Amino acid sequence: MGNKNEKKNKKSSYMHDVLERFLSHKLAVVGLGLIILLIILVIVLPPLLELDPYTSHAQGGFNQKPSAAHWLGTDRTGRDIFARLVYGGRISLVVGILSTIVSMVIGIPLGLLAGYYRGWVETIIMRLADIFMSFPSMMLILVLVAVMGPSVISITVVLGILGWTQFARLIHSRVLSVREKEYVESAKAIGTKNWKIITKYILPNSFAPCLITMTFRTASSILMEASLSFLGMGVQPPTASWGNLMYDAQSIVVLSKQPWTWIPPGLCLVITVLSINFFGDGLRDALDPKMKI
Amino acid sequence: MKLKYVGKRILIIIPTFIGITILAYFLSSMSPGDPIDMIVGPSQLSAEDIARLRHSYGLDQPVIIQYFHWFARMLQGNFGISYRTAEPVLGMILSRIGPTLLITITSVVVSVLLAIPMGVGAAVKPYSLWDYISSGISFLAAAAPNFFVGLLLVYIFGVSLKILPVSGMYTTASSKSFGDLVRHMILPVAVLAFQQIGNLIRQVRGSMLEVLQEDYIRTAREKGLKEGRIVIRHGLRNALIPVVTTIGMNLPFIVGGAVVTEQIFGWPGIGTLMVQSIHARDYPCIMGITVFIAIVVLIGNLITDLVYGLLDPRISYK
Repeated sequence: MGNKNEKKNKKSSYMHDVLERFLSHKLAVVGLGLIILLIILVIVLPPLLELDPYTSHAQGGFNQKPSAAHWLGTDRTGRDIFARLVYGGRISLVVGILSTIVSMVIGIPLGLLAGYYRGWVETIIMRLADIFMSFPSMMLILVLVAVMGPSVISITVVLGILGWTQFARLIHSRVLSVREKEYVESAKAIGTKNWKIITKYILPNSFAPCLITMTFRTASSILMEASLSFLGMGVQPPTASWGNLMYDAQSIVVLSKQPWTWIPPGLCLVITVLSINFFGDGLRDALDPKMKI
Repeated sequence: MKLKYVGKRILIIIPTFIGITILAYFLSSMSPGDPIDMIVGPSQLSAEDIARLRHSYGLDQPVIIQYFHWFARMLQGNFGISYRTAEPVLGMILSRIGPTLLITITSVVVSVLLAIPMGVGAAVKPYSLWDYISSGISFLAAAAPNFFVGLLLVYIFGVSLKILPVSGMYTTASSKSFGDLVRHMILPVAVLAFQQIGNLIRQVRGSMLEVLQEDYIRTAREKGLKEGRIVIRHGLRNALIPVVTTIGMNLPFIVGGAVVTEQIFGWPGIGTLMVQSIHARDYPCIMGITVFIAIVVLIGNLITDLVYGLLDPRISYK
């Protein structure tokens, strides 16, 4: 009994330290607050304000200026831009988060395999990671999207597949350091099975850095999706995303005469990515003060 | 010894290069649509004519055989013929690579020259106003999508203030003066440099902070050297070594940024060619660009690796 309590106390004091370190990082707290606010807004606003991002409000004319009825005006087909901004936020966040999960699902097992079994498995996986990392992912993404056809799903999958290297490398290096530890050696000595060593010792030890990499990867996926959609090779209209809302601004007329159409999505992107990065920074300092990325 | 190291680095590059060509080729071959349709347009020819065309392009053979033919031709400098313009792909790439290298290399130089004083200043006086300003800039640079920065710059300098050109390399094709070129370069280079500077400032600050705690810095202080001399002669020279690696790792990222930046500023580089080719499903061109960029990036990585070795005598060339 006493032992169990002690363990519990130790665990809660670790969490307490982490929380304390995180809360002392003011920008990280602000970042987390903004992320939560943003998620709530994109979920709650559409039903609350009865936003409709698809119907054309042609009676007031296309390309309307901001008004009480349309806070950010309407686009060239008469759709309400504020509604599209909110719905676009949903898509941008979902693509960012889902593609990161895809990256983890691919990268973590590969990193584990490479680190644990070594030999030719390691050589193949890590060389493959080098190949992926030495090449401009933007180019590969463009080629892949051209092949698969641009859609929300294909963008998510492509960004997810190309993000595996970060997780594989991270887990690989973690495994290499953990597998030399005495407790793993002793577990091996008493005949513990490989998968049990992996799930019991190696994965829990890699959780913190994985979480941190996850936040930064989500931020960069959001940016990549936006770039692709801006080029017209990402999320396709009528579905809105922050990137494709800015597609029209490639024409100098829209750019110069209707700044209210492209500045808000741009600002949303900057604020979102900035918040996620601040949050990730705070998380890193809190979970693992020695770690560097 | 150095030659051996260089040789080994080049040997590592070869499988990487082959890997990229395989990836590019098989991806393109999986793409929907018949290449013959792209070349001649659908249903203008009889079935026999199509079969003959198919044979003459080698499209009737298995994909693996096609890949080897393509690879062998490519090694001889034959990247095929563009479906879109019917010109040789290599010629199209070569005419576009200069403008792209011009803005990307300039942007690397500009961002390094700006990041060094900002990062060093921040490291010399941590938690000072200067530190906050430079880390603020670095956070902002990492979070701002480069196309948004580009649009804002066009809006401010091109539309509102009307002091800088926002499109192309020269005002008119006939007036190719150096000054005109520089004026056209300012905004695209600014976008690309801003995109890199966040990482660089962080790296300079971090490695400078680390170096300033080394024993040899303390020794230099105890010898009574002036602080400025210590920071620059003893600190900066060592702190810059990891920065070289950061530049190398940034390369793929800069090329990706160039695609978007060129698109915004109508810069006649490889990025706009890529976007045009993708819209037209011009696969010979897409594959050619992919392979060409791979070569450029791999050479860039090799150069930064070697510079790193030159700068840091502790690295053994084995």
